[in-house]
Amino acid sequence: MDPFFIITSLLKIVGILFVVILPMVSYAVYAERKVSAAIQDRLGPNRVGPAGLFQPIADMFKLLLKEDFTPRNVNTFYYWLAPCLAVMPAIITIAVVPFGSTLFGVPMVIADVNVGILFVFAIASLGVYGIVIGGWASNSKYPFLGGIRSSSQMLSYELSLGLAVIPVFLLVGNLRLTSVVRYQIEHGWFIAPFVGDWMNPWKWVLAVPMIISFLVFMIAIFAETNRLPFDLPEAEQELAGGYNTEYSSMKFALFFLGEYAAMITGSAVIVTLFFGGWHFPGIPDGSRGWIFGVINIAVFFAKVAIMIFIFMWVRWTLPRFRYDQLMRLGWLFFFEIALVNIFVAAWILAYFPSS
Amino acid sequence: MLREYLPVLLQIIVAMLFAASALLVSVLVGASGKRTRAKDTAYECGMIPQGEAQPRFSVKFYLVAMLFILFDLEIVFMYPWAVVYKDAIKQSSLIFWSMLSFISILMVGYIYALKKGALEFRK
Repeated sequence: MDPFFIITSLLKIVGILFVVILPMVSYAVYAERKVSAAIQDRLGPNRVGPAGLFQPIADMFKLLLKEDFTPRNVNTFYYWLAPCLAVMPAIITIAVVPFGSTLFGVPMVIADVNVGILFVFAIASLGVYGIVIGGWASNSKYPFLGGIRSSSQMLSYELSLGLAVIPVFLLVGNLRLTSVVRYQIEHGWFIAPFVGDWMNPWKWVLAVPMIISFLVFMIAIFAETNRLPFDLPEAEQELAGGYNTEYSSMKFALFFLGEYAAMITGSAVIVTLFFGGWHFPGIPDGSRGWIFGVINIAVFFAKVAIMIFIFMWVRWTLPRFRYDQLMRLGWLFFFEIALVNIFVAAWILAYFPSS
Repeated sequence: MLREYLPVLLQIIVAMLFAASALLVSVLVGASGKRTRAKDTAYECGMIPQGEAQPRFSVKFYLVAMLFILFDLEIVFMYPWAVVYKDAIKQSSLIFWSMLSFISILMVGYIYALKKGALEFRK
């Protein structure tokens, strides 16, 4: 094992976690409050620092200094395990997502594994354990119901999630996420046929299943991250706080952090699969100088930020589904659409002449 | 081969350390208060908890989990198919029709589950 590889990997991991994910999570909470305020014609947080910019830091200290209380009737071991399990998958998943081209010759992806998207699904689906165990170990009605609801919701939408991305891999022919980005650099973004050689009619035909794929995938990500309109597991009006009702202090914060980190990771995967990852037309990659490497990373996170804004916009605009509607939508509508969509894409690849 | 998985292992370790240290710091610096009986009760909006803490729940949730395993396996079969599809289609269109027939056989089971009302949450 060469030490250079290990040191750069560690630097990337620590950099992504502490310089990007954690600040992004705390400012996503701030942005969520500001966006919701703007949508509801309020002011939002504006007391701590200029325009309330220090609010996340104040919140962090508040949560850290609160009493860490473990009620007597909980199952102690699982009660402590659940918040850790809730926060870990989102952090681990980001390891395979390429967040930039190269910087000083080092590829800007923590682990370029050949199973790529399968790794994303394998780890991301572990997120359900944190919620189920948290709900069960709390030994209380509302968290229990939240956990049960959450498990079957996340399972149901994982099907559409897995099916929706298959058209992408029909085209790329490789599960590596860096290959997906490289394919999109050569042939234009999947979602935007006007990027690159827009005269090619084949790309426009293929964009139809791609856009359906994207919509199904994004809606399934909404359900996976328990965001409105699919936030049944933590529906405040009927379940108090859902699976985290019995939690306090940092354990509660870890659930919260896990949810927002999952949102960021989900957006990062969406950007990688459908929006060309770190690529932007006209900007060369990092082999032309480190400044372009930095710009590539900035482009990637700008795209992620736009996706997060869409998440928030949807949350504060749409009402919540009823549980039977949610299950019908997942199993009947999205499952079938995603399945038919795969064969539409495959049919186009097989019988529509490419140029 | 295994070399590219080393950063994944490092990432998992860092994530575990992060979660554990966050809990530890909160235990160390967090406020401590008295344990009272009211504080120990399960939260039910301020009322005294009633009945079992883990009530019986609908068997439908189990059915969803079982159906999930079935159809998730089907998706797992589709990934290798998707990876080789672009090259194989150049020789013959057999790969397209074989997957279509596989899925149509599976759809018989799907329609059976639907008709049985396994996913019907509203009675």
